[in-house]
Amino acid sequence: MKLRPFGSVPGPRLLALGVTAVLGACSGKPVGGLPATAASAPLPHPSSVSHASSAAAASSADDAANAARKTAFVPPAESTIPEGPYGDMVRLGRAIFTHTRENAGAYVGNGLNCSNCHLDAGRLADSAPLWAAWGMYPAYRKKNKHVNSYGERLQGCFMYSMNGKAPPLDSKELIALETYSYWMAKGAPAGTKLPGAGYPDLPKPAQAPDFARGKTVFESHCALCHGADGQGQKVAGAYVFPPLWGPDSFNWGAGMHSVDTAAGFIKANMPFSRGGSLSDQDAWDVAMYMDGHERPQDPRFTGNVAATRKAFHDNPNSPYGTEVNGHLLGSQPMKK
Amino acid sequence: MRTAAPFARLAGMFASALLLGWSPLGAAVDASTLANLGDAHGVAPCASCHGADGAGQAAAGFPRLAGLNGAYLRKQLDDFASGARENAVMKPIATALDADERKAISDYYAKLPIPAVLAKPATENSKDDSPGALLATRGRWSQQVPGCEQCHGPGGVGVGEHFPPLAGQSDVYIRNQLKAWKQGTRHNDPLDLMKHLSAALSDNDIDEVSAWFAAQPLSARGATP
Repeated sequence: MKLRPFGSVPGPRLLALGVTAVLGACSGKPVGGLPATAASAPLPHPSSVSHASSAAAASSADDAANAARKTAFVPPAESTIPEGPYGDMVRLGRAIFTHTRENAGAYVGNGLNCSNCHLDAGRLADSAPLWAAWGMYPAYRKKNKHVNSYGERLQGCFMYSMNGKAPPLDSKELIALETYSYWMAKGAPAGTKLPGAGYPDLPKPAQAPDFARGKTVFESHCALCHGADGQGQKVAGAYVFPPLWGPDSFNWGAGMHSVDTAAGFIKANMPFSRGGSLSDQDAWDVAMYMDGHERPQDPRFTGNVAATRKAFHDNPNSPYGTEVNGHLLGSQPMKK
Repeated sequence: MRTAAPFARLAGMFASALLLGWSPLGAAVDASTLANLGDAHGVAPCASCHGADGAGQAAAGFPRLAGLNGAYLRKQLDDFASGARENAVMKPIATALDADERKAISDYYAKLPIPAVLAKPATENSKDDSPGALLATRGRWSQQVPGCEQCHGPGGVGVGEHFPPLAGQSDVYIRNQLKAWKQGTRHNDPLDLMKHLSAALSDNDIDEVSAWFAAQPLSARGATP
């Protein structure tokens, strides 16, 4: 089967009310990637050891997926955002987070919102919550091989997950997002990985993640909202359901392009109201299906797919630069 | 065929209904006639409960049909006929219609403009922090309840063929449906999405969120997406 071209997908309009976007690179965990060889031992998630054993035990997996949430830090209620300039900045940060193009359009190059991958406006455990990320920076990141401030980490979200440009560190947009994160982390311990941080690490699947099996999972569980072509659904020009690949999705540098990251997010959170319902194997397979489609080029592209893979994607969880479904991923990146 | 005078049009359809009867397999199903006059085989006119303009009847909980997605309407009619959606009033009507007629009626209502009687201006709803507004716009993620808007669109305008509009429906209809999902008496939701999230809603939650959507602004211009 040939990948279908995305040239017919309408781009977002200026009037977009945006309920959309995604963010893959913004998870709290450093992007490094676990080896995905079938031979390696399962890596149980600290808070969900029980679902490591059986991919078929959907109900116990359901319980396990919720276990982190039950023990997770509870961020302050939105109603407690104070009046005044500080509260105004928190509110602006929230607005940028949930309606990213509308409120930070100069730095956004796709149809996603931060809240597409950080659910509940960045509050949800196991969905890379901001309250768990805030206290983990500054941190050394293998992705760029130096110590990153929280602000620089947010810049990465814009460059990769939002396929846009980095807002300057002193820009109102970044200060608002930092303020929103700081407010949300009030009372959370800093410097320690909290339960519910990032996305769950799923145990390795019994069978290597498979594009064809993933297509079946996608059609039965995902196409309802994301569309049969994975391009999301819009109302009045703005995405309600985000595009999972193609020109309006995250680019090849985003964290969500890694199959392990995507599988953890999907297992814990998809479909809405049914988090934990997919088997681990289904989550891995459908993650492979999503990340086995073309998307915008990695902004670090060296001019050569193989060299770019070697420099930035040399791990088994990145399908970039590999052939999937008869296509060399990264060789025909999507452009607007 | 349409004439300028509604009365003459209805009279003409009535006459043709009497004289010619209906051919279940006929290619040209006159959906307008079916909707407004019913037929000789026991199909009550849709308009008698849903209104000639398809606005529904708020107090009785009869839903708006005008401007809804045609594929959504057709699935509901098909489900009434098969029993996948249980409703004592709709079942005999949907059963008496054949598949072509169900499709034609669905398309007919999908193309009707949103009735002026339902049009409401935008209000200060966006600042509303009532429990209903919070459920509709934020959800309750600790119990896997997304905000209604996340699937039904901003302000509940509806998204595609699987997520019908909530704006422009009465609080009675929305409440009845939420309770039916929760109690399991309605169960034709794709992926059991409504079944799962409604289980976490209290009666008070249902009252609040139904009232919030019933108060949402709706433009009379254009059809819902």
